[in-house]
Amino acid sequence: MSAPELVRSGSTRGRGRHGDTLVVQKPRRSRQWVLGRVVTHGCIIIGVVFALFPFYWLLVMSTSTTAQIFGYPPRLIPSTHLLENLRNVVTSVDLPSSLLNSFVVSGSLAVLVVLFDSLAAFAFAKFRFPGRNVLFTVLLATFLVPGNLSLVPSFILMSKLGWVGDLQALIVPGIANAFGIFLLRQFATASIPDELVEAATLDGAGFFRTWWSVAIPMLRGGLAFLGIFTFVTAWNDYVWPLVVLVNPQRQTLQTALAQLNSVYTTDYGMIMAGAVVSVVPLIGIFLIGSRHFIANIAAGALKG
Amino acid sequence: MAVTLPTGTSTGSRNRPDGVTVARRGLRSWWPQYLAITPFYVIFLVFGLLPILFSIYLSFTDWDGISQIKFVGLQQYNYLIHDTRFWNAVGNTLIIWVISTVPMLFIALVMAFLLHQNIRLKGFYRVAFFVPNVTSMVAMAIVFGSVFSDSFGIVNSALTALGLPTVAWLSTGWGIKVTLAMLVIWRWTGYNAILYLAALQAVPSDLYDAAKVDGAGFWRTFFSVTIPMLRPVILFTVITSTIGGLGLFTEPQILFGAANGNGTVGGVNEAGMTIVLYQYNQAFSQLDFGYGSAIAWALFILAAVFAIINWRLLRDRDTIPAPKRTRKAGR
Repeated sequence: MSAPELVRSGSTRGRGRHGDTLVVQKPRRSRQWVLGRVVTHGCIIIGVVFALFPFYWLLVMSTSTTAQIFGYPPRLIPSTHLLENLRNVVTSVDLPSSLLNSFVVSGSLAVLVVLFDSLAAFAFAKFRFPGRNVLFTVLLATFLVPGNLSLVPSFILMSKLGWVGDLQALIVPGIANAFGIFLLRQFATASIPDELVEAATLDGAGFFRTWWSVAIPMLRGGLAFLGIFTFVTAWNDYVWPLVVLVNPQRQTLQTALAQLNSVYTTDYGMIMAGAVVSVVPLIGIFLIGSRHFIANIAAGALKG
Repeated sequence: MAVTLPTGTSTGSRNRPDGVTVARRGLRSWWPQYLAITPFYVIFLVFGLLPILFSIYLSFTDWDGISQIKFVGLQQYNYLIHDTRFWNAVGNTLIIWVISTVPMLFIALVMAFLLHQNIRLKGFYRVAFFVPNVTSMVAMAIVFGSVFSDSFGIVNSALTALGLPTVAWLSTGWGIKVTLAMLVIWRWTGYNAILYLAALQAVPSDLYDAAKVDGAGFWRTFFSVTIPMLRPVILFTVITSTIGGLGLFTEPQILFGAANGNGTVGGVNEAGMTIVLYQYNQAFSQLDFGYGSAIAWALFILAAVFAIINWRLLRDRDTIPAPKRTRKAGR
């Protein structure tokens, strides 16, 4: 019993993976091993095709005329009408301004969330001010408050403030988010050495100075993640903009696209061109930051 | 958690394990820290708590947003209990949740398990699986609407090409639910797979080796080692899927919302009417703010009940894998 085990642990521990193991079994493994690999790769590739096919299909449809989309058998390759479709989108809804609105909302939220949350996270992580624990517990408790619950009263509040139809109705409520503070506090506790904060204090730097010149640079990775995450979430938000941006002149890309979809069902090529415009910036940002993004999504879930 | 080294005390400060500073100071000297955390509490109070409290009040009233608010006591809730459309929406939401979450989490587990093998292109696969999650739900709901379209959709074209009968995806009760579930599965499987993968990488490889020595095959290893070790993450994904599933809105709103040529709101026989879609319609189309708030609170109670059930179910079984594992390792 113990002999193969010794060999096993000796051979695998160095590799730190269980994937190719068991030097002992090598002779009878090989055929099964090849088959296993083929099956593994086959399954993964099928998964990738399912994950990516809708994007490919979006591309095909956005470059086709509506007649081509509804033709039978369906064309599986992209056509050449993208620009024409895009031109039609622009004449049907105010695409440039809703694109701009989406960028303004998502961009400013990303920046403001990173600034405000990093300030709060730094204070919570590195300073023991009176009431800190109670306040932080309250902050965590706000996680429990579900968003859809207050759709109606939030709308009423916005109308009392005169913000209905204005972009600040999307930006201001999102500025301070408990998730961001919690996440950055984890980062700050783990990655900013107390000595550095003490040294800065001894050098006469105040809290804000220390935050700017110690915390911000040391939290770069976490800030990048939170920024991208906030941008993506805000860009995709649909319910709240739908409720509060009642004015058709003031829309985000998502509500404009939904409107396009419900009004112009006859021109599918155009609708899909609009969909491309709302998807491409997201995919671009995600691909640029994907390393940070994926690792941190996982870490956040596992810790929380 | 950071490990704080016991550093010098030259400033006469007290070092605490969870924070830097420092000597006892007056409340006033902490003003920068308080200032730093103030925005969160102010904004939460105004835009989070206040509306919630107001919605409790609203749910006891009859109000269209313009005329006088009329207090009606429990009337809205009484109506809600007898509202068949509401219960239909609850049923739809639960069915869509089950038929999306169960396959989704299972596929995610298998995918994570496969990705965890030593394979090439792992980075590419991870990104490819994750992309659906980082995309515009509105845009992709429109794409799915076209892909599953009854007469022109590519799914039905493929079925025809294979000599199979077509399915009326968007105009029958089950077709509608399955289409919505497919959208959810497509969007969230990769996300869950990435979480599982991260958790798998934290499992000590000895366990897999022990299983192999014991002669456990692929499925045996998967069910006896992988799943028990992932129980905490599975709990997390089940809870988040429940919250997300109960809040399903964008997909049915795009596919079966007002005026999109698919029959009434919510699709044929309201088969695609979810709770939040119903809430949205009652509040903002029918301008029945009181009833909309009552639906919101009913949804909240439902979500809380499910969270407790989930938590109890998965927590109680938490103790099982530990002794099993020891027995196996010692065999």
